Amino acid sequence: MNRIKSKLQENKKLLSIYFTAGYPNIDDTVQIIQDLEQNGVDIIEIGLPFSDPLADGPTIQASSTQALDNGMTTDLLFEQLQDIRKTVSIPLIIMGYFNPVLQYGVEGFCKRCQEIGIDGLILPDLPLDVYQEEYEAIFNKYGLINVYLITPQTSEERIRQIDDASDGFIYMVSSASTTGTKDGFGDEQQAYFDRIASMGLQNPQIVGFGISNQETFKQATQHAKGAIIGSAFIKHLDKNGPQKIDGFVSGIR
Amino acid sequence: MSYYVDEKGYYGEFGGAYIPEMLYPNTEELRQNYLEIMAAPSFKEEFHQLLKDYVGRPTPLYFAERLSNKYNTKIYLKREDLNHTGAHKVNNTIGQILMAKKLGKNRIIAETGAGQHGVATATVCALMGIECVVYMGEVDIARQAPNVARMKMLGAEVRPALSGSRTLKDATNEAIRDWINNPVDTHYIIGSVVGPHPYPDMVARFQSVISEEIKAQLLEKEGRKNPDYVVACVGGGSNAAGAYYHFLDTPEVGIIAVEAAGKGIHSGESAATSALGKVGIIHGSKTLLMQTPDGQITEPYSISAGLDYPGVGPLHAHLFKSGRGEFISITDDEAMTAGLTLCQLEGIIPAIESSHGLAILEQRKFKSDDIVVMNLSGRGDKDLQNYIDYFKL
Repeated sequence: MNRIKSKLQENKKLLSIYFTAGYPNIDDTVQIIQDLEQNGVDIIEIGLPFSDPLADGPTIQASSTQALDNGMTTDLLFEQLQDIRKTVSIPLIIMGYFNPVLQYGVEGFCKRCQEIGIDGLILPDLPLDVYQEEYEAIFNKYGLINVYLITPQTSEERIRQIDDASDGFIYMVSSASTTGTKDGFGDEQQAYFDRIASMGLQNPQIVGFGISNQETFKQATQHAKGAIIGSAFIKHLDKNGPQKIDGFVSGIR
Repeated sequence: MSYYVDEKGYYGEFGGAYIPEMLYPNTEELRQNYLEIMAAPSFKEEFHQLLKDYVGRPTPLYFAERLSNKYNTKIYLKREDLNHTGAHKVNNTIGQILMAKKLGKNRIIAETGAGQHGVATATVCALMGIECVVYMGEVDIARQAPNVARMKMLGAEVRPALSGSRTLKDATNEAIRDWINNPVDTHYIIGSVVGPHPYPDMVARFQSVISEEIKAQLLEKEGRKNPDYVVACVGGGSNAAGAYYHFLDTPEVGIIAVEAAGKGIHSGESAATSALGKVGIIHGSKTLLMQTPDGQITEPYSISAGLDYPGVGPLHAHLFKSGRGEFISITDDEAMTAGLTLCQLEGIIPAIESSHGLAILEQRKFKSDDIVVMNLSGRGDKDLQNYIDYFKL
C-alpha cells in the first residue's frame, strides 16, 4: 500500500512539513528529511524549486531563488534522494510547479519518483481536467498519488469533483492567500473548516497555508486529519540553520 | 484548420488554464461570462462609444508613400500610435474595465513592463473612478520613471515587484499573487494575449477592432478588404493578435510576426521566443517559452521594453508551430535604424516595438503591387531617452 494511505489510517493528527530542496545549502536535503522523521514528523513535502512560484509568498519565493542559485536541479534532487529509502520510511511527496516536470518529461519524472520511493506529487498549477485526460494513467502506473487543493472559494460542486478525483488526501488551503502571508485563523477560517468537515468527504483533509505554531496547528486539525507547515519552517531554517530541527518540531505538538 | 480559440481554451496544443486552484473561481467566473457580456448590445455600444470619443478611434490607415517608394511595395501604416495614451494597449483596458464593472468588481490590478499597459490601465481606472494597483518590476521602475509618474498622476498605486529578476515576468507573478489574495472584489487586467484562458481570447477580441477597421478602411482605399500581408511586432502579442484577428482564417492574407532578436538570436541576449523557446507553462498558459533545460524561466533581453517577455501568447505559438505565421527576428540595431528611417521619410516617431516591424522591410522583399499593412502599435515619445542614447542626439 502507498505509504501516504497507510499513514492516513493512523489514529493521530498528522504533522506535515514542507521545505525547499537545496535550501539553505545545496546538500542539506537528505539530512533535513532524516531529522524531520526522527523528530516525529509524519509526512514530508520536498519542494522542487521553480523560478516563478506564483502561489507562494515571499518566504518560499526567496528559498526557491536561493536553492536555484545554489545549483538545485531536478536531476540533482533525484540524485540526492537516490538512497533515501534506506534510512527514511515516512511518506515523501514532491511539491513543485508543473513546468519543470513537463521539461523533464512527465513519464520519466514519475518513473524516477517510483524508483526512489516517492509516494505522491503536489503540482498546484496542473489543472484537474488536464491531469485526468493526459496524466492520471501515468501517475497510476508508477504508484503516485496526486494531491489536489481546495480553497475557501472553491464551490461545493468543485470540491465534490476533486474529492472524487482524489485518492489520498485533499490539500485544504486555509484562506485566500499565497503561502506564508497570513498569521492565525479568524472566524472566517473556522467557518470554512466547519463547512468542509460537515461535507462528509471520502478523502481526509490536510490543512495548509497559515499554520506556523502549536495554536494554529491545533485549530487546523480540530476537524482535519493533519496540517502542513511550510513558510514557518523555512523561516526557522533561515534563522537557526538546518541543525536544530528538533526545537521547531517539538514546539508544534 | 481554424486559428481561433477552441471551446477548451486552446489554440492547437497551446493555451489552456494551468493555474493553481486558488485562481480557479476567478478565471472560471470570467470564462463563463465574458462572451455573453461582450455580445450584449449595451456593452458593445459603450465599448465603441468610448473607443470613438475617448480613445480617438478609428485610427487612420495611412498610405506611407515615401516608405513605399523606398521599398518598392505598397505600405499602409495602421496608426495605433495615435490612440489616447499612445499605443494600442488602451483598446484592451477600455474593454476590460467595462468587463470588470459588469462582473461587479471594485478593484483593479495590472502588471506592466515598460509602463504602457500600466498607464493605459491607470487611465481607464481614473475614467471610471475605480481603485488601481499596478505591479512593476523594481528594475523597470528605475528605468521607466516618466511612466511611473504618469500612473501616479492618474491615481494608481505603483507597487514594485521585488522577486526574481524584478522585471515584467515578476510583475506578472506579483499581480497573480495579489489576485490569489483578493479573489472576490478584484479584476486582473492582463495587458497582453497571455495568461490563462479566457484571457488570450478576451484580449484578442478587444484588440480585434484593429483588423476590423483595417478591412473597412482598405475597402475604401483599395476596393478590397484583404491586404496581402499584415505585419506586427510580437512580445506577448496583443497588437499582433488585434491586427491579425479578422484575417486568421483567410489564408490569402500573409501573417508576419516580428520578434525582438536583441543583440542577436544566439547572443544570449534576445527575446526571440519562437526561435529560442520550447513548449512550457508560463503565467497559466501552455505556450512557447524561453527556459533552461530544467524548466526554469529565463530572462529575455531587448532594447524594447515591450518585447522582452520570455513567452508569447498561445495564439502566436500556434501560428508559428502550424506555419500559418511567418516569424522574423529583428535586432536592436536593425529596429533603431528602421525607427529613424520612418521619422525621416514619413515624419512619424515610432515606438521601438513598432520599429521592429518596420525593420523587416530591409530584408523581406515584397512584390511592387503587394499591399502590406504594418501595425504601428505605438508612438516613440516614451522611447526618447533610448533614441537619444542610441543615436547620441
